[in-house]
Amino acid sequence: MIEVRSLTFAYPNGPTLFQDFNWSAKAGEAWAILGSSGCGKSTLLYLLAGLRQPTVGQVIIAGQVITRPRPLTGLILQDFGLLPWATCEQNVSLGLRIYDFYGPDGRHTPPDYRPADKRAITEHWLARLGLSPVRHHYPAQLSGGQRQRAAIARTLALNPDVLLMDEPFASLDAPTRDSLQNLTWELRAEQRLTTLIVTHSIEEAAFLGQKILLLGREIETIENPGAGASDYRGSAAYQDTCHLLRARLARQRAAPLSSPPAWQRHPHAAPGEVAGGRG
Amino acid sequence: MSRRSLLWAFVLLLAAWQGLAWIVGAGVLPLRARTDILPGPLAVFPVFFAQFPRDLGGHFVVSLWRVVASMMLSVALAVPAGLAMGQSQTLNRFFSPLLYLTHPVPKVVFVPVVVLFFGVGDLAKIVVITLILFFQILVLVRDAAANLRPELIQSVRSLGAGRRALFFFVYLPASLPAVLTALRLSVGTAVAVLYVAELYATQKGLGYYIFLQGSTFFNYPAMYAGIVAMALLGLGLYFAVDWLERRLCPWEFAT
Repeated sequence: MIEVRSLTFAYPNGPTLFQDFNWSAKAGEAWAILGSSGCGKSTLLYLLAGLRQPTVGQVIIAGQVITRPRPLTGLILQDFGLLPWATCEQNVSLGLRIYDFYGPDGRHTPPDYRPADKRAITEHWLARLGLSPVRHHYPAQLSGGQRQRAAIARTLALNPDVLLMDEPFASLDAPTRDSLQNLTWELRAEQRLTTLIVTHSIEEAAFLGQKILLLGREIETIENPGAGASDYRGSAAYQDTCHLLRARLARQRAAPLSSPPAWQRHPHAAPGEVAGGRG
Repeated sequence: MSRRSLLWAFVLLLAAWQGLAWIVGAGVLPLRARTDILPGPLAVFPVFFAQFPRDLGGHFVVSLWRVVASMMLSVALAVPAGLAMGQSQTLNRFFSPLLYLTHPVPKVVFVPVVVLFFGVGDLAKIVVITLILFFQILVLVRDAAANLRPELIQSVRSLGAGRRALFFFVYLPASLPAVLTALRLSVGTAVAVLYVAELYATQKGLGYYIFLQGSTFFNYPAMYAGIVAMALLGLGLYFAVDWLERRLCPWEFAT
């Protein structure tokens, strides 16, 4: 579904965040991307979303090289993603209205796009995410949890197959965060989504990532097959994953600063094993 | 502010005016002037209502047209320019120093120059007021566009929006409060400059009317009626912008 081929990325005048990075995700997988700040995890998400272009290499989603935002990839950011001047309902219907604005041009809208009943779709997603009572509220009048639910509704209203999330629940209180994580997992199954969640929270990665991509000096993938089950947070497997992730993150931080990133030490390493990062 | 408190303030101002008029009219102040130079509202308002259906109303309409046309023209020119500067760092880097130098220059001193270039008709007056409003709107719209959160732009782009959709769904509505704030802040200055502009080479407009009644006919009640009309013009425009802001930007007032 998603394939990253020998990707290199550096910001102008900035450090090289990825060097010859290879990675892939199958359809329907739930990935979490974990790493400390500055390791490039948000940048990776922006690259996958088509909002940034690799310096070298390619991002391929569903067989298509990504050079611009792909209509069927949904993106949810931590905050500030809703239009402050539009009501909850208008925000949820925004993507549909943008589709209508362009019509079926295949660039801004999916290739098989047909003008749909915006009202019914908006209605469905407002109801599904419990937003009907606050439909006429502006984002400033919504709670943090409601705002993120509106952002999710807006994205899912476009019926995406890939959902990218950048620290979506970082600014929420713990109970709200847990319930939105559960909701995300339900929606993932309902909509058959391939999900990728970028987070700095070990617990969030352990709950929402069947596979966890650890970015930093060493890039590695940790399998976590039990993720998402409703009682998973209380299980021993969950605790083990959290311990493991904590140990790996600590080891990356403890690595001496003079030690070069993995890709410099192993320039001929096999694809998928290594990539650069600042740890 | 409630309507009630506004009404009280209005009554208080009228009372102060009338009181002052009586004191001046009684000739008890050591002024070296005539005692009829400050007629009170009791003398002025009858003249105002008598004159308005005749020539005063015509002058009022001319002045109103000049300000409203300037407002529309400056919005039409400044909003695209401000959005362009707010979106493009290159444009902003180039034009900001120019703006920095020209923005504080009092535009009213250009009145004689503008009259030379655009003649004695409405156009000269409209150009002068537009000069003032243009800079005010340009600066506020530029800042509104530049201060949009990148997260907002990116998430709307991820919904499929290209440049055109971003313009309609993001930049335009984001600039609306800035436009109305700029108009609200500068409508007073605009009317003040209109007055100055109407002293020059024209036979229409409230500025001309006030000057003519005061300095040529020494008809002070009529002069004050003109001043009242000018005040109402400024106040009315201020209220109109305020009303538009509540209508068009309800999210700014939602609690």
